[in-house]
Amino acid sequence: MGQRIVIDPVTRIEGHAKISIHLDEAGNVAETRFHVTEFRGFERFCIGRPFWEMPGITARICGICPVSHLLASARAGDGLLAVLIPPAAEKLRRLMNLGQIIQSHALSFFHLSGPDLMLGFDSDPAQRNLFGLIAADPNLARNGIRLRQFGQEVIEILGGRKIHPAWAVPGGVRNGLSVSSRDQIRAKLPEMLAIALDAMGRLKQLTERYQREIETFGVFPSLYMGMVGPGGRWMHYGGKLRVIDHTGKILIDELDPIDYQDVIGEAVEPWSYLKFPYIRALGYPKGMYRVGPLARINVCATMGAPRADTELRELREQAGPVIEGSFYYHHARLIEIIAALERMEMLVEDDDLLSHELRADAGVNRREAVGVSEAPRGTLFHHYKVDEKGLITDVNLIIATGQNNLAINRTVGQIAQSYIRNGQFDQGILNRIEAGVRAYDPCLSCSTHAVGQMAMEVELYDARGVLVSRISR
Amino acid sequence: MAAKTLTIDGHLVSARPGETLLAAIREAGITIPTLCHLDGLSDVGACRLCLVEIEGQRRLQPACMTMVSEGMVVHTNTPRLQAYRRQIIELLFAERNHVCAVCVASGNCELQRLAGMVGMDHVRYEYLSPDCPVDISHARFGIDHNRCVLCTRCVRACDEIEGVHTWDVAGRGVDARVITDMNQPWGTSTTCTSCGKCLLACPTGAIFPRGVTVGERPHASERIALIVDARKQRW
Repeated sequence: MGQRIVIDPVTRIEGHAKISIHLDEAGNVAETRFHVTEFRGFERFCIGRPFWEMPGITARICGICPVSHLLASARAGDGLLAVLIPPAAEKLRRLMNLGQIIQSHALSFFHLSGPDLMLGFDSDPAQRNLFGLIAADPNLARNGIRLRQFGQEVIEILGGRKIHPAWAVPGGVRNGLSVSSRDQIRAKLPEMLAIALDAMGRLKQLTERYQREIETFGVFPSLYMGMVGPGGRWMHYGGKLRVIDHTGKILIDELDPIDYQDVIGEAVEPWSYLKFPYIRALGYPKGMYRVGPLARINVCATMGAPRADTELRELREQAGPVIEGSFYYHHARLIEIIAALERMEMLVEDDDLLSHELRADAGVNRREAVGVSEAPRGTLFHHYKVDEKGLITDVNLIIATGQNNLAINRTVGQIAQSYIRNGQFDQGILNRIEAGVRAYDPCLSCSTHAVGQMAMEVELYDARGVLVSRISR
Repeated sequence: MAAKTLTIDGHLVSARPGETLLAAIREAGITIPTLCHLDGLSDVGACRLCLVEIEGQRRLQPACMTMVSEGMVVHTNTPRLQAYRRQIIELLFAERNHVCAVCVASGNCELQRLAGMVGMDHVRYEYLSPDCPVDISHARFGIDHNRCVLCTRCVRACDEIEGVHTWDVAGRGVDARVITDMNQPWGTSTTCTSCGKCLLACPTGAIFPRGVTVGERPHASERIALIVDARKQRW
C-alpha cells in the first residue's frame, strides 16, 4: 500500500510551501514534490501602470529582498528610457545591493539555518529556532543580528528606510550619499568583516559533523547561472550572465539580459504555482540549473576581493572546482558576505559616490527592456513592455527561487530517498528534508516570516488518501 | 451689517453675515475634515465630510454650504459625526483602488491624512476593485482614476480659475469619472492649456506629473488660494 507524507508548512523559509513524499508499497520513497502554494499575481496587476511606478510596486513583492526587485526594475526602466544613468547612481545602486546581500544572507545563515547547523538537525524542535540559538550561543546569535542590522543600515542610509525604499528609479536614484553617512558605513566595516570571518571559521569546523548531510543534500550534476563582471569577477549588479555545466565548462557567456529568453525557457507544472525555468539548449527538465550564492561562486573566476578569494580557493580545494552539494550554499553565502564587505571597503573610497548628479531624465525611447540584478537568492529578471506613452503592457518576472525550483525538488527527493527506509522516519529526518530546502533560502511569498514559530505537521496517507498517522510539533 | 453670534461646540462665536459655517468654525480654531472644499474655489458640498449637527434641525448640514445665522447652536465633533466621517472615508477607499504603499502621493495626500484623522484602521466594506484606466497621454501630466475621489476640485480649478473648463464629470454613481473635453485622452484635448492648476487642486495622487515615483508627488493645493488672492490684489 502506497503512503504519502506531507510536510506543510515548510518552516523557516520565506513564504508558504509544503512537501509531499509518496512512498511505495515497501515504504521507500517513490516520488517527492516541493509545492509552492501561494499565488501573487504581480505580473497581471502591474499591467496598465506607468513604468516609472514599477520599482516601487515590485519592491513590495518581498520584505526580505525588496532592493533586488527595486534594482532589477529600475534597470529595466533605464532600458525603456534608453539612457546611460549617471556614474554615481550606478555605484550607489551597487552599494545598496551589497547591503542587501549582507542583510539577507545574514538572515538566512544565522537566523534561519543557524539553529539546524549549530544545534543539530536532530535537536529538540522546541529549541531548534532563533531563540534556542540565542540561549545556546548568544555571541553567535548577536553577531548575526548585528551583521543583518549593518546591511539594513546601508539600505536605510541610501533609501531612507530599511524595507521597501522607493529609491532607485528609472534613470538613476532619488538621493545621494553624504560624507557623514559614507563615514558611518566605513567605520563599521572592520567589525562586520571580523564577524563574517568568525562565522566562516565556525561553519568550517562543522564539516566533519555534517559529512552525511554534505553528501546527500542536493549532490547531483546541474548547470549553474550567475552574473560575472569583467575578467569573470564575481558580480551582483550591472554584469553579464554566464552559464556553466557541472564540469565547469562555460556553456553561455557574456549574455546580455535582454536576450535571456533565447537561453531560458519556462515550464509549468499543475501542482505548483512556481514556474520551472530551464536552459533551452538542454530542454526540460534536463536543462535544470541552479542560481544563487553557490551558482555565483561556481561561475566566477575570482571574487575580486582578497579575503573572500582565500576562502573560495580553500573551498574549491575541498569540494572541487565546481562545488556541487546544496549544503555548500551556506559556505557560499558567507563567502559572499565577506566579498560584499570587501567590495564596500573599495567602494567607499570612491568620491563619485558623493556626486549630486543622480538621475537621468528621458521619455519612452524603447518599448521593451529587461533589468537584471543578482538577488541574494540568485539572478532576478524583470522584463517589461510598454506602450508609446509608458503604460505597462506586459510583465515577466523570473525570480531566483523559481530558477532553483527543479533543483529544490530534486534535493528533497535525494534527502528523502537516503533517509527514509521501509516507511520509517522521525522528526530529525523530516527536518533534514526541510533543511535541504532551506539551504537554497527560498523566498516564496517574499514576506517576513515568524521564525521557527510555525507548527509543522506531517501527515501520512495511504494510497486511498486515508489518514494513517500524524506527527506535529 | 451686524455680526451674527452663534455657539460652536459650546463657545460663543461671532461671524460675518454671509460667511459659511465652515469659515466660522475654522476662525474659532476648530478643525473639521474637508475634502471637496478648497480655499479659492466655489463650494459644492459633495464629500459630506464637513457635516455638522445644528440644534433644531433634524438633518446634518455640510458646513461649507451652510450660511451662519443668529443664535445657531452647532456641534462639530459628536460621536454620530465621527462615525459618519469614518464611514465616508472607508467608502472612498472601498470605491476605487487606493494603494498608499505604492502611490505617488503617499505622505502628501489629503485622503491618507483624513484616514488617519478619522481613525480609519481598516475598511469594513467590500472593495469594489473597479478596473480603472490610467491616462498618461498628456505630455506633462497623468490621471489615474484609481486614486480619484470625485471631489471635482480639478473641474472647478480649471473652470473658475484657468477659465477653460477642460475637466468635467461624466457617468453616474460608481461609474462617474472626471473627463477631459469630450471624454477623450487628455493629450488630445484642444482646450487644455497645460497650466497644471488641476494638479495643484487634486487632493490625492489622481493627477500627477509624469515620471514621479512613490511619494514624490508634492501637495500644493494651497497655491490655488494664492493665485486667487494675487489676482484680487491686482485687479
